[in-house]
Amino acid sequence: MVPAPDYIPLINLPRPIEAVAVIAVYLGFVSVVAMFFIWWERKVSAHMQSRLGPMRVGGWHGWSQSLADGLKLLSKEDLIPDEADRPLFRIAPYLAFVPAFAAFAVLPFSAKFAFVDVSITVVLIFGILALEVLGVILGGWASNSKWSLYGAMREACQIVSYEIPLGLAVLTPVLTVGSLSLVDISIDQGGGIHRWLAFRNPFLFVSFGVFFIASLAANKRAPFDLPESESELVAGFHTEYSGMRFAMFFFAEYAAMFLIGGLAALLYLGGWYDPFGIVLHMEHTPSLVWWAALAGAGIFVVKAFTMVFVQMWLRWTLPRLRIDQVLYMCVKVLLPLACVNLLGVALWAWLFPGGAAQLAVQIVLTVIGAGGAGAFLAILVWAMFFRGRGITVSMLKPWTNLLHRTESK
Amino acid sequence: MLDRDESRTTASLIIPDPVDVDVTRDDAAGVDSDVMTEEMLVNMGPQHPSTHGVLRVVLRTDGEMVLEATPHVGYLHRCAEKIGENLQYFQFIPYTDRMDYLAGMNNNLAFALAVEKLAGLEVPERAQYIRVIFAEMNRIASHLVSMGTYGLDLGAFTPFLYAFRERELILDLFEAACGARLTYSYITVGGVTDDIPAGWLERCVEFLDYFEPKIKEYNDLLSYNHIFIKRTANVGVIPPDRAIAWGLSGPVLRGSGVAWDLRKATPDLVYGRMDFEVCTGKGRMGAVGDCWDRYFVRIEEMEQSVRIVRQCIDQIGGAAGGHKAKMPKILKPPAGETYYGIENPRGELGFLVISDGTAVPYRVKARGPSFCNLAILNEVATDCLLADVPAIVGSIDVVMGEVDR
Amino acid sequence: MTPEQISRRLQDRFADAVRAADASGLHPHAVVEPGRWVEVARFLRDDADLAMDFLRSISGVDYPEDGKLVSVYDLISTRHGHAFAIKVEAPRDNPHTPSVCDVWPAADWHEREAFDLLGIVYDGHPRLTRILLPDDWAGYPLRKDYEFPREYHGIPCSTETNQERPLH
Repeated sequence: MVPAPDYIPLINLPRPIEAVAVIAVYLGFVSVVAMFFIWWERKVSAHMQSRLGPMRVGGWHGWSQSLADGLKLLSKEDLIPDEADRPLFRIAPYLAFVPAFAAFAVLPFSAKFAFVDVSITVVLIFGILALEVLGVILGGWASNSKWSLYGAMREACQIVSYEIPLGLAVLTPVLTVGSLSLVDISIDQGGGIHRWLAFRNPFLFVSFGVFFIASLAANKRAPFDLPESESELVAGFHTEYSGMRFAMFFFAEYAAMFLIGGLAALLYLGGWYDPFGIVLHMEHTPSLVWWAALAGAGIFVVKAFTMVFVQMWLRWTLPRLRIDQVLYMCVKVLLPLACVNLLGVALWAWLFPGGAAQLAVQIVLTVIGAGGAGAFLAILVWAMFFRGRGITVSMLKPWTNLLHRTESK
Repeated sequence: MLDRDESRTTASLIIPDPVDVDVTRDDAAGVDSDVMTEEMLVNMGPQHPSTHGVLRVVLRTDGEMVLEATPHVGYLHRCAEKIGENLQYFQFIPYTDRMDYLAGMNNNLAFALAVEKLAGLEVPERAQYIRVIFAEMNRIASHLVSMGTYGLDLGAFTPFLYAFRERELILDLFEAACGARLTYSYITVGGVTDDIPAGWLERCVEFLDYFEPKIKEYNDLLSYNHIFIKRTANVGVIPPDRAIAWGLSGPVLRGSGVAWDLRKATPDLVYGRMDFEVCTGKGRMGAVGDCWDRYFVRIEEMEQSVRIVRQCIDQIGGAAGGHKAKMPKILKPPAGETYYGIENPRGELGFLVISDGTAVPYRVKARGPSFCNLAILNEVATDCLLADVPAIVGSIDVVMGEVDR
Repeated sequence: MTPEQISRRLQDRFADAVRAADASGLHPHAVVEPGRWVEVARFLRDDADLAMDFLRSISGVDYPEDGKLVSVYDLISTRHGHAFAIKVEAPRDNPHTPSVCDVWPAADWHEREAFDLLGIVYDGHPRLTRILLPDDWAGYPLRKDYEFPREYHGIPCSTETNQERPLH
């Protein structure tokens, strides 16, 4: 195992000032990230759909559209339906919003940029995230609308089911590294792409998939967006919300998207380390420690944003699953898979504590995983380069040609 | 997946009367009474994102299970038939546009053909070719909307905009020919209002060359998407005998495997000279007549329409006559009556026109395909899940303007 | 089968029920006695040569001069491809026609529509209620003597006077 660099607190200031400074920085960051994602999602969806998306507000590519939307939502009337349960209806958006933001407190950006590091970060973060469901259920129920109730019930059903495979999937890196601290887990992955936990062994490789799918479902992102499925439940649990309360639900969702992406990066994709071991090297060079922290944070953000992009990409590509299929997926596919992974990882740690075989497996998995992603990117770049021919779905899904062949009469 | 039969029994679970059951008893009956479920009536529509307009479906639900779906229509009723009794034959053409507003050309055509039959008018060959081109192009446009919105119903947003991107090009072509993009009134009694502009056919071929490969892309993106198949296969199955008995028509009927197409069965215009296939559902992803089949019939029909338009463009050069027959200023068909049905994108659009010898029809009755197709919803959308209702309504593909007329 | 053959076959089978037939015109049809209509309908559907399995449309037509409300049933056979129409007449003052919902389920909504707009009562229909108009609408708009209401629940409907034979 690579020895961990010294872990020091963020800034050496008097306690109260430090606290205020940290809170200001972190609240600001989270809000900006959430707003950026809202704008980004609109741009991503637009470009996928051969549109431009917001182009006017603020000048360059409508960069301040979210700001304008936020102002608009702030100034909108705060409607509460007559038949709604008023106190619960009012409090529900905050119950959804606060956990999503609170979880950021323990999310480390790099070895030096961890606002709070407790030894059980992983447990804490999933505990906090699970609270978000309360807000959604309460909001749906307090609205006193049948569609909202459906949304809330679906959310409850979905979260309760998916917490289990999600938790089991999270346990696999924990087991491998032997720590519940996200900082420790991340530090264990420094020193090159082959050390990333997703490529550590076949079980972790699969476990990453389980984690990502389950986290999508837990954050009700498409194709698991049943609680707010527009074409079925109008808007699900937030049908009756307007103005800033509606925006709260939105913010919570987008903040949680970043959390999910960040957790995927920390748990499986090498945390704040680059694929070539440069950051690790810098961390061990005393004069470069702060640069390493900065570069690490940058890399971490890039990784998290990439995962967020994947979430958006899925949302604008896939149709929505049906509730029975969502539960089937959870109970009959992900749950057994997660259990097998957990067992597998434990066995693996016992059978191959290290050595050449372990390294060989790591390299093969790296080639498969990173190579696959690289090949995909290459096709994309190639398609963009030859734009005259346009990017077609068929280019990216060559196997569908088989379907066409059977179709020919 | 949920076992359908199992869930049905759950839905019809008999709930013991709370008064009769002693809750304090700790035997099985007492435990049962703790779970009190209630059926809930849910109004889906008239304002709902996936009811395609102002359709209202009253759902009797037990949790996620839909026990009964009763469609209520009439929110867009304008009594077009009464209007028809008060206008001259030509004047009713714009009203037909507003019935199935996604297929204005076809609506114009159906009414024009009915009146021409009644008045014994001969339409020049060139006009017939132009009519077929526009009818088929409108079929493509209509099926594109149907495909796109169906994706939307199932939560896939992107195909919708791709479909609209292509549809825009068709609308551009229509605009070049008649100036309108939705309510054309282009095809009229005796032919078409104007000849197609110079260079239009070349533009049309250009579009077809552009459009044909796109169909494969839709299939890659939506038709063969695993989730899409899971959501539509074996859902809302309409057996062929029920489809005929309920008087379904168009892709809904053909999706059930019945090769019934009025373009083949009663070939009018120049359809007899065209080489095309009647696409039917084959149950490739599930049972014959499920939502996927109905959806896919539309995709296949777009290919066939492209074929027809290409053939028309090849043949139109040799067609005799102009774009319109010589018409009297005021058309007064002899007293009599006729029924004429053509294959609209959504099925059979028929007009029963009764003339009493004056310039105004005595009775105009429109048989809209959407109206007839929607009637089966009550039978199909029972004992399904809530999310299946949009899937079924979307696969039936109704346009409320035509249902309510 | 040609319309003439269909008409002849019907008249042979139901000499007393098929009153008049016009098989040569633009809209080949036969007029059927209301009392025997369901029986004739079943024959039309089930007879192997006729096989009129597809009910295209039911149109109600009002003939105030004759004092009749006529239901026009347009049928086509998906097996043979031939089309034929049946007319069933009902007296205007008490318009009753037997329902053929059991024969062709498609008749369900068509009959409701004709009931809604013309007031023809289809006996035996499972739920004969208004379909396009509101349930409390008064009158039947497609009747020739229909007077358009000036208001509906306080909503003004029309400023025009009722024109007899309008807009030429």
